[in-house]
Amino acid sequence: MKSARLKSAASTLTQWGAAHQLFWPLLTLALLLLVSVLVQPGFLRLSWVGGHLQGNLIDVLNRAAPLMLVSTGMTLVIAIRGLDISVGAVVAISAAVAALLIGGSVGAGAEQASRFPLGVAIAGALGIAAICGLWNGLLVVKAGMQPIVATLILMVAGRGIAQLITDGQILTVYYAPYFFIGNGYFAGLPFALIVAVLVALAVHLVLTRTAMGLFVRSIGINPVASHVAGVRSRLITVCLYVFCGLTAGVAGLIISSNVKSADANNAGQLMELDAILAVALGGTALTGGRFSLAGSIVGALILQTLTSMIYSSGVPPEVNLVVKAVLVFAVMLLQSPEFRRMVKRPHAHS
Amino acid sequence: MSGPEQAVLRAEGISRAFPGVRALDDVRLCLRAGEIHALMGQNGAGKSTLIKILTGVHAPDAGLIELDGQRIEPVSTLHAQQLGISTVYQEVNLCPNLTVAENIFAGRYPRRPWWRGGGIDWAAVNLEAKRVLSSLHLEIDVTRLLSAYPVAIQQMVAIARATSVSARVLILDEPTSSLDADEVKELFAVLDRLRGQGMAILFITHFLDQVYAVCDRMTVLRNGCFVGEYLTRELSREALIKAMVGREIAVASERTLTRDPAAEANAAPVLQAKALGRRGKVQPTDIAFKAGEIVGIAGLLGSGRTELARLLFGLDSPDGGDIVVNTERVSLKSPADAVNQGLALCPEERKTEGLIADLSVRENIVLALQARSGLVPYLSLIEQQALAQRFVSALGIKTADIETPVGQLSGGNQQKVLLARWLATEPRLLILDEPTRGIDVAAKQEIMNEIVALARGGMAVMFISAEMEEVVRVADRVVVMRDRCKAGELPGGCGEHAVYELIARHG
Repeated sequence: MKSARLKSAASTLTQWGAAHQLFWPLLTLALLLLVSVLVQPGFLRLSWVGGHLQGNLIDVLNRAAPLMLVSTGMTLVIAIRGLDISVGAVVAISAAVAALLIGGSVGAGAEQASRFPLGVAIAGALGIAAICGLWNGLLVVKAGMQPIVATLILMVAGRGIAQLITDGQILTVYYAPYFFIGNGYFAGLPFALIVAVLVALAVHLVLTRTAMGLFVRSIGINPVASHVAGVRSRLITVCLYVFCGLTAGVAGLIISSNVKSADANNAGQLMELDAILAVALGGTALTGGRFSLAGSIVGALILQTLTSMIYSSGVPPEVNLVVKAVLVFAVMLLQSPEFRRMVKRPHAHS
Repeated sequence: MSGPEQAVLRAEGISRAFPGVRALDDVRLCLRAGEIHALMGQNGAGKSTLIKILTGVHAPDAGLIELDGQRIEPVSTLHAQQLGISTVYQEVNLCPNLTVAENIFAGRYPRRPWWRGGGIDWAAVNLEAKRVLSSLHLEIDVTRLLSAYPVAIQQMVAIARATSVSARVLILDEPTSSLDADEVKELFAVLDRLRGQGMAILFITHFLDQVYAVCDRMTVLRNGCFVGEYLTRELSREALIKAMVGREIAVASERTLTRDPAAEANAAPVLQAKALGRRGKVQPTDIAFKAGEIVGIAGLLGSGRTELARLLFGLDSPDGGDIVVNTERVSLKSPADAVNQGLALCPEERKTEGLIADLSVRENIVLALQARSGLVPYLSLIEQQALAQRFVSALGIKTADIETPVGQLSGGNQQKVLLARWLATEPRLLILDEPTRGIDVAAKQEIMNEIVALARGGMAVMFISAEMEEVVRVADRVVVMRDRCKAGELPGGCGEHAVYELIARHG
């Protein structure tokens, strides 16, 4: 009886805390959606066309899927005081590997011809992405490099590797089944979105149903003390970098499938920065320890909504980045407790 | 033979207060030409404050400093250096990426005359560096990078730099703490030569053997006060320790907590270390722990107490020796391995190595137990709450709630949380490194009682404390450490006096 009451009290408390942490990111997203509706009155309209949902909202969600995935991996790495700025390059590598393994050329029957079975192509791309993550993790843990420097190596070299794989060309994919990953629908929803949501859910379950959440927070807050307490912090760190590489790999599959080609130069370009931004927007401390997976997902949605809104509002694309920067600046200011205190103080006196 | 007329540096009536602390109170120090003078005292005695005043880091609140009879008021280390007072610190603070010669002359390179094109006269730099080093009988290639040489040589390069600015006074702040026995010998040979050249040397160290090996005279400080100045040959080690510690050491101990002799007879060692050591940290040491026994580790700071605990717990890897747990040889490569073997360690640095400040009391308590069992099965919230609640009441942890971040608790309660974390794993051997440091008297007593109760319940305990009285009181057996090596073992209830005697005895 007493313990039940305690438990319910604790759960309301944690719920309230989580809600509180997500308050600003969600408010930002809501405001952006509101502006989108004003700019484009039909923004929220959903329709059922040919057995699946369609509409601007679905489009935003679908396009946000790669960033949601990468942000999920990035959240965990940042939570343990790490950083992975090579994810954009890993996206390109994964796309290139998949395209290479599928191969093919223009011509009759190309739509059904693949050099290797689809499963092998996907497994190969993800395997290479995991190896990229392993490389980052080992540099951080074994060589003791600063995460930003360790992953900078692959960020720079990765695009070169991707270009070597594609031989400097944009590899076009003609094999139709591959298109499903980035363009297909499952149960009426975009397949890419389902993948991103399932990955995020799986991570959430691992964090809450196993001790992973406890260990990640403990390593992020005090890595030395966690090590002394017997937490296998080095192993966990390497595993999280591998996972981050994997999410970038999946994002690479989605992106290359979506555009039906692998572009070593442009696939995943600047995605590492968007992912870090999404994580920061979601309220995760870049100093480690305090993190919010849901916040990062909302952060990714904020960024994608913003991009879509800017494009559909007719603002010239050149201005896109400036508008994005200004909005992100405003959001980050709103989320900063110091800034809010600064704004509140004059009111308290008047 | 040496009177005040030969005094090079004289400090009189030096006082200095920091907010809330009186660091130095009417302290005097007199350094004479051609003498090595030791500055002795326990931690917090005021040694470093005194050095900082002599070298211009702090200004004294009262008192005067004279160099060769002239009153000086150094305002910075650079100023002190220009006056002729050079300091070599514990950590070599040179640039490893510069050559030996560059390090010696950095900031004061000899320049070529304008008719030869100006700029730095590198030939002169190297030649002069070679000359300075050979005056210390050190023949090394001065054009190689400093990092190419071992720490001992680097230390001597630092001394060469210090002495080449025509210093009158050389202050050495724990120069030997990172050197091994042979390197210390080399350093002492250099000091000997400098003494012969008429330099006044102030030597600060925690190693008593070294003081007796090289120093002519010593000044002892205690709690910021001047205790006395002695000739080394006239002061016995026991008398020196007494002067540093400040109490007549009681001959009879009040060992009130006795153990069950039957249990003692039946106890087999739960963990045994054989010739366990690591170069520069702990010399090969044998130590055994029996169930139900408290083994106290006594020794002065820097004697290797903490280092031994770190080796046993897999925090540092030994470069020799074996650890045997229950007759089975084990290799402990990480704390996780040690925890799997039933070891537990409450580290000396509670805040940085012990607690996860932003996690709750509950999470801090379950952490080690959960880490040992791995990711799954994850203790349910109800189990975690029950476990935390049990220890909170058993150890009397004062906290508003078990969900309170542990960083908000007082020092004593934080220590209890740390203890609870390890008790939850039901360890075979519990290593406690300074478990009572920085906590109030009442909490200290509670923790001591808890430790004794645990041992009586069959746990082996390794108890490390700088407070000798505490060690002697609770330990069933006292292992005495001196100069990174085990000096001997004493039975429980032996009295502080016996411990000090063993520390003082020449190795």
